[in-house]
Amino acid sequence: MSLELVCPAGTPSSLREAVDAGAHAVYCGFRDETNARNFPGLNFSRKELEEAIAYAHERGAKVLVAINTFAQAGRMALWEQAVDDAASMGADALILADLGVADYAARKHPGQRLHLSVQASASSPEAIGFYVREFGVKRVVLPRVLTLPEIAALNAEIDCETEVFVFGGLCVMAEGRCLLSSYATGKSPNMNGVCSPPSHVAYSEREGGEMVSRLGEFTINTFAAGEKAGYPTLCKGRFEAGGRKLYVFEDPTSLNAVDMLGEFAKAGVTALKIEGRQRSKAYVRKVVSDFRRAVDALESGEAAHTSLASLSEGTQETEGVYRKTWR
Amino acid sequence: MALSLPERLPGFVGRLPAPPPGLLRPVFQQLIAGMLRRHPEMFERLGEYGRRRFLIDPVDLPVIFIMRPDAERPLLTPHRRGEAVVWEAAVRGPLPKLISMVNGEEDGDALFFSRDIVIEGDTEAVLALRNAIDDAGIDLVEETEALLGPFAGVLAALRKRAVPLLEAAARIAGAARAAAGRAHDKAGAHDGAGEDGGRGAEGAS
Repeated sequence: MSLELVCPAGTPSSLREAVDAGAHAVYCGFRDETNARNFPGLNFSRKELEEAIAYAHERGAKVLVAINTFAQAGRMALWEQAVDDAASMGADALILADLGVADYAARKHPGQRLHLSVQASASSPEAIGFYVREFGVKRVVLPRVLTLPEIAALNAEIDCETEVFVFGGLCVMAEGRCLLSSYATGKSPNMNGVCSPPSHVAYSEREGGEMVSRLGEFTINTFAAGEKAGYPTLCKGRFEAGGRKLYVFEDPTSLNAVDMLGEFAKAGVTALKIEGRQRSKAYVRKVVSDFRRAVDALESGEAAHTSLASLSEGTQETEGVYRKTWR
Repeated sequence: MALSLPERLPGFVGRLPAPPPGLLRPVFQQLIAGMLRRHPEMFERLGEYGRRRFLIDPVDLPVIFIMRPDAERPLLTPHRRGEAVVWEAAVRGPLPKLISMVNGEEDGDALFFSRDIVIEGDTEAVLALRNAIDDAGIDLVEETEALLGPFAGVLAALRKRAVPLLEAAARIAGAARAAAGRAHDKAGAHDGAGEDGGRGAEGAS
């Protein structure tokens, strides 16, 4: 079985682009707080998702529906409706994070394939085993905090498939548990589906071409004229510490693990995930087709390096924690 | 239709006198009305953000645009650069980059990372506009041809000539800049200007 390429779609046209570019599966979400990419102008209405699933299925691709925020007390109906609708539309899998939502989906739709979102941040055999045992989860999307040897060791101990991120925005915190955005704006990917919500982001140009990015009351960065920029997230901010201005947590950079696909296969990984539901169809077209070529090349015993730096945050790439060179 | 465009228009274009906005206004109004007819889903996807006034600033042109992509009362008006205009969200960048982004050929975030595109004001509205346009599959050439109706053939012929001309002009301008840079270096000056020295030639309105 070859590696499955799981690709992002923020809009119906991106989904069609991903399928046409060779995605084995596409993940997407409804236009509300039930999915962790709840940005303005993105996501799918019920009718759009129905049409998108038909489009993908006609071409042999799967559609995975992300319902991966944490349901709020008293508003559970929104998440339950999303589960019911996605299941009735024929979604190939639901990507869930919340225990209550997983429980509802498993009881109400026992035949529905369930994946565990990276937002659940399950990274130990015990945690993953719980979701497999209690809800019949078939696949877990691993947090981007595990090294390649750790992923191999984990796969040897669990009874479900694993999916790892191979390209795109690099979340350096434990997903689902990061409170930085919430601290700065009151809104988070975990509860509202938005990290650094654009309603709280402001950019301004200074004389001389300097660009200042702000999130709420915090200055995230000041980019010199012509200096490559990154997203306005606190984890990629440049701050003054110990008398120096530096990226305290992480540089603006994107993950690109295209040279590690063979190692992921050997480590027992089933699926490769490309990040970027908030990106354009131009990004989807380029990244998906390059990675599909790399997956096919791997199968035929060839190597296929691809540099996608021009599409990367800060136009820089990294293999992140997979090859951890620090402690 | 994929267009082969230079990185930015030659500098002289921005220094040309702006055509009288009054003459252009009906043309652009027709353009956005046509887009509403052909892409209603884009306006629907924009929702409440369609009522914002967007400043579209092609930094290499002598004109700027105010757009309100409101399904009820769409508006697209050209203005002379420097003219006082009211806006809530702004997108600035070289015209070829703006066209590539609208046509779905280049990624908006990548253009932001590379600093080709600058956004200001209501970030949420800009994001909504970008996502809605990206989904709609707008092709500005087709939109303009639809606007021209029977005269679309003339545009196609002009385009065939104009694109190579613009590319040639950009190459000449680039070579001239490089030659000027070499002369400058020979004179012993070191100001750190590289290949990117041409960016940001014009300021905003």
